[in-house]
Amino acid sequence: MPRQIPVVEYLALGDDPHLTSHACRSCGALYFDRRNACAKCFATDFDTTHLANRGRVRAFTIVGRIKRPFVSVVVDLEGGGVVKANLLGVDDPDAITPGMPVELATFVAGTDDEGTEAIAFGYRPRSDREAQPA
Amino acid sequence: MSAGDIWIVGASMTPFGRFADKDLVDLAADATLDALRDADMTMANIGILALGNVYEANSHNGQRLQKQIGQTGIPVYNVVNACATGASAVRIAMLAVAAGETEVGLAVGVEKMGKMGMIGGAAAARAEKKVYGPRGRYGAVMKSEGLLGTGLMPGVFAQAGTEYALANGVTATQFAKVAQKNHAHSVLNPLAQYRKEFSLDEIVSAEMISYPNTLPMCCPTGDGAAAVVLVSDQKLRTLDPDVRRRAVKISASIMTSDPWTESDQVQPDVNTLTRMAADAAYETAGLGPADLDIVELHDCFATAELLHYDNLRLCEPGGAGDFIDSGRPWRDGDTPVNVSGGLLSKGHPLGATGVANLFEVVTHLRGEAGDRQVEGARVGLTHVIGLASACAVHILEAPAR
Ligand SMILES: [Zn+2]
Repeated sequence: MPRQIPVVEYLALGDDPHLTSHACRSCGALYFDRRNACAKCFATDFDTTHLANRGRVRAFTIVGRIKRPFVSVVVDLEGGGVVKANLLGVDDPDAITPGMPVELATFVAGTDDEGTEAIAFGYRPRSDREAQPA
Repeated sequence: MSAGDIWIVGASMTPFGRFADKDLVDLAADATLDALRDADMTMANIGILALGNVYEANSHNGQRLQKQIGQTGIPVYNVVNACATGASAVRIAMLAVAAGETEVGLAVGVEKMGKMGMIGGAAAARAEKKVYGPRGRYGAVMKSEGLLGTGLMPGVFAQAGTEYALANGVTATQFAKVAQKNHAHSVLNPLAQYRKEFSLDEIVSAEMISYPNTLPMCCPTGDGAAAVVLVSDQKLRTLDPDVRRRAVKISASIMTSDPWTESDQVQPDVNTLTRMAADAAYETAGLGPADLDIVELHDCFATAELLHYDNLRLCEPGGAGDFIDSGRPWRDGDTPVNVSGGLLSKGHPLGATGVANLFEVVTHLRGEAGDRQVEGARVGLTHVIGLASACAVHILEAPAR
């Protein structure tokens, strides 16, 4: 298996790919980027937290005027956290419904000149019965 | 009039468009000299100059403008604050007057964008040799645009729109009606970059830029400038009656940035800071949305205008779709919005925008807007927002006649 690297540091790979976040130790605010302090409460100590792979679509767009149009979504994760990514396997705006349940999926986004694969994440619709109304 | 009030006594804007034969200073000078003429003043009267410009902000265009039209040794501030740049320049001039540092301030906004393409839509150049390694605050190994959603302006404002649509049942056609209205309005505005009416069908079926915004639902890039001359209450009393008669009061001037919200960390929240600014402006002015005769708000994309109906409290909460359906924001409705044509058709030379919308409202409050005049307009509101994020709301009032 080729060496793999996540496209962003907040994507954890392995047997159970998931997102991680810096959680403010004082107020719990979540951040994906390297932090100097908490923008909500100004504290400076953070823990690394494991975010849920499931969530619901909060907003979306379909970006056109490019070779391969894609669907961008903002997802509210179960248990907290908001993330932006691509919605995979959907191209019809009418198929995207309020609070549509989705689940994280990973894919190879590219391979560099040393054979390392960059692994990205997106969200797929979760059509199953487990998707209870919010 | 009461002590502490600030008044606009001169206002002007150049036509917006693409002017290959004029440079940035030409445009700024055109607007400034006309605003001074309007105020019956010269550069000799001006005690502070604030010049807003985004793309050439490090060229110190305030001083370059002075060198063309009048060097008097006054303090000059070069201002940049995203799409709120022009409004920020106005506030800097206004605050200097309010602080008593001078009695007369000049604020200018100018931009020379030409055909630079869709706003914020330019792609970054590719690296030559490809070896993945984490970079920046997210440890990204490659460009995230298109891979982890979109963060470009058209996408951001489209997602802001669908967030509202999913929550409140707004349709793509309702968003398109915003563009239909503003393009129809622009036909009456000789200063607008585009003056072409579109049918709803033409708008809905045009090229999709970022769903639900099609091409006529996105503002163009362009060139243009606008300027205002501000005076203290004390100074106003000394001016010619013809200048006093046309003076317009700044009843509120509020600026906000994003407070922390959870979603704002990944997708700019254009609503919260606009609501904060609007609420504070209404409170400061002692007026409410029902008192507004004219509104010029930041319709960089059609989706944005619809959201701001709600954010500026022009409609019932969640009712922005019904509001556009009702026809109320049309020029002949009870709350005319973007009678100038808005950014969608008047144009959006970034630095000029937040001054030009003041010009528009001032012109209506003076009863001098010609064919597009909103009859009897006495109170108007201007709004701009730039990512990520700066928002300014001004409320203007015609003087008692
Ligand atoms: Zn905190």
